[in-house]
Amino acid sequence: MPVIIKDGKFVEDQFLAAGGGFIQLDKLSLSTHGLEPQHTGVDVPNDTKPEALAGLLNSVEAIRIPFPSFADGRGFSIAKKLRRMDFNGLLRAQGNVLADQYPLTLRSGFNEVEIPNEQAGRQPQAQWSDAIGRVNNNYLDRLKGADQAA
Amino acid sequence: MYIYNDFDAEFVRDRVRQFRGQVEKRIDGSLTEDEFKPLRLMNGLYLQLHAYMLRVAIPYGSLDAAKMRQLAFIADKWDKGYGHFTTRQNIQFNWPLLKDVPDMLDALADVGMHAIQTSGNCVRNVTADHFAGAASDEIEDPRPTAELLRQWSTDHPEFQFLPRKFKIAITGSPNDRAVTKAHDIGIRMVRNENDQPGYEIIVGGGLGRSPFIGKVLREFLPKAELLPYIEAVLQVYNLEGRRDNKYKARIKILVHEAGLDEIRGSVEETFARTLAEFKKPSDELVDQITTYFNPPEFNNIQSHAYEEALETDPVLRSFVETNVAEHKNPAYGIVTISTKPIGGTPGDVTSDQMRLIADLAEKYSHNEVRISHEQNAVLPHVRKADIPLVHAALKAVGLATANIGLISDIIACPGMDYCALATARSIPIAQEISTRFDELKLEKEIGELRIKISGCINACGHHHVGHIGILGLDKAGVENYQITLGGDATQTMALGERAGPGFAAEELLPALERLLNRYLEIRECSDEIFLETYRRLGPQPFQQALYPEEEKYAA
Ligand code: SF4
Repeated sequence: MPVIIKDGKFVEDQFLAAGGGFIQLDKLSLSTHGLEPQHTGVDVPNDTKPEALAGLLNSVEAIRIPFPSFADGRGFSIAKKLRRMDFNGLLRAQGNVLADQYPLTLRSGFNEVEIPNEQAGRQPQAQWSDAIGRVNNNYLDRLKGADQAA
Repeated sequence: MYIYNDFDAEFVRDRVRQFRGQVEKRIDGSLTEDEFKPLRLMNGLYLQLHAYMLRVAIPYGSLDAAKMRQLAFIADKWDKGYGHFTTRQNIQFNWPLLKDVPDMLDALADVGMHAIQTSGNCVRNVTADHFAGAASDEIEDPRPTAELLRQWSTDHPEFQFLPRKFKIAITGSPNDRAVTKAHDIGIRMVRNENDQPGYEIIVGGGLGRSPFIGKVLREFLPKAELLPYIEAVLQVYNLEGRRDNKYKARIKILVHEAGLDEIRGSVEETFARTLAEFKKPSDELVDQITTYFNPPEFNNIQSHAYEEALETDPVLRSFVETNVAEHKNPAYGIVTISTKPIGGTPGDVTSDQMRLIADLAEKYSHNEVRISHEQNAVLPHVRKADIPLVHAALKAVGLATANIGLISDIIACPGMDYCALATARSIPIAQEISTRFDELKLEKEIGELRIKISGCINACGHHHVGHIGILGLDKAGVENYQITLGGDATQTMALGERAGPGFAAEELLPALERLLNRYLEIRECSDEIFLETYRRLGPQPFQQALYPEEEKYAA
């Protein structure tokens, strides 16, 4: 069972629990997969051009993007771009994400991370909840004129 | 000089704290070297041939006396009493022990310095013209922009795991001293027809195994739109750059394979989105940054000390001819301190020398020092009347070598002496060349000549853009040196052309002697520098000098 990390905690897969499911992008044909839009998730390979997803952003609830290796950072830009394309559903990073990279995923627009169970064993929850402290108050937000006191 | 605010200071301290924990885990064995590697690389720590190497960023090459003294302190306490300035305005310490590195990073943080993003596949230390804020030919000081880019790129969430490293350079002067056309992104500050300030954006330059001269991606970008535009370029690169082959992963290959127009289209499409989202940095923030780079208060009191000293002291005169550049204030000069004494190691500076440079900066250069990509140190604002004093002080510690831009002002990568990737020595070659031409007393006669040496095809010594480039290879276990001719690192950038077969190490010096003797014979006048003669006459006369045997057979 993979582990979902949300708000720095290991939690159960709420999307699946509520009746949702993930379908491969190339098998996504709304008439046959039998999921209601609000329960439809799509698995998008990380060599997909985000522009190619424009047509389905309103008809899916969740998008899951794989991280085949922690050194492959395409997922960060895909997430950011989908947010800029006004996708407001669930964005999940899946696979080789290190606890040290957790703040980067959240800042790029992901809501949660899904890692294999054995990885969760080596990177316990404490590492993820620690990392969340590094999300706010970063250079980029300051430059973009996000609210800052000092 | 930019001064850290509380935010910068806390950010850097926090990174040191994290890294200290990671080092402890590595030492007690809970992290393997494999797991530790990406973590140490995020903090500038490499594993080299003999030891770890710590690469410290000198953002846009600017230092003050306190920073320079701290580098000297670090060199004494945790290294062998010296540091090595690199071609990307960094300083490297070659002999630290792993257990000491977190303390070194804390010592750096004490003076507002760090080693963040000096390695790894991220946006590296942004480099800038080392004469910024001082040069007489400058349109605008590039350092506030470089500082904005530093802040933007530091810990950027999207761009820490790019296909490959990413280097940005910026110049505010039409005479390019920052090699902008050989960077992933080169930025030139320009004015449009309405005299509004903006940038020309150059993309896809780079040396290495497949050298490319950067191409203009955007002729004019309004100043306020820089960050969203650069963010768009990086996003296109992050999504589309190749990840299947490390040697084809730089943006230059993407531009080459996809074509400039295609990339421009993707960038502009992405830019429309980044611009919409990216509120520009607040005026306060920009003003605050800019204020740090305001010109110092110059002292314009008349004095003839300089002219008088020049008249009586030929050694000073010779130093001024080569090592002092024109300042925007006519009462001032820009003094370059050569780190390349005859027979020395290019870029190596001892802790004592660092302290002396710090003292001179404080006393005579409005507390500013720069490190150039040519691996020299620069005192950017020295009152002409003080130049004789500065020269005397430098002479006393062996730092007054008058060779800037001459044959012994060589860029050489670390090569076989330090680098695990090297196929040949490069520092000893530089030392031999400078010693030999000093013995021949030909250096001044030859005049401006840029020799650049790399110890393998990765080209860290920039040999492609040397007037004479030297590339050290390994041919069946024997060092072999290839010569390229006609390279140029400036706004008129050109890649050198291979002259012919390589030379064994002991044949190289005689070959260079023949080459330069030929140049002296055929130049039009003593003002025509080597590169100009090469451009006028082409490679043939030089090839004949390099390979006289073949000429005999051909005749
Ligand atoms: S050019 Fe080669 S030998 Fe020289 S520093 Fe770069 S990788 Fe090492």
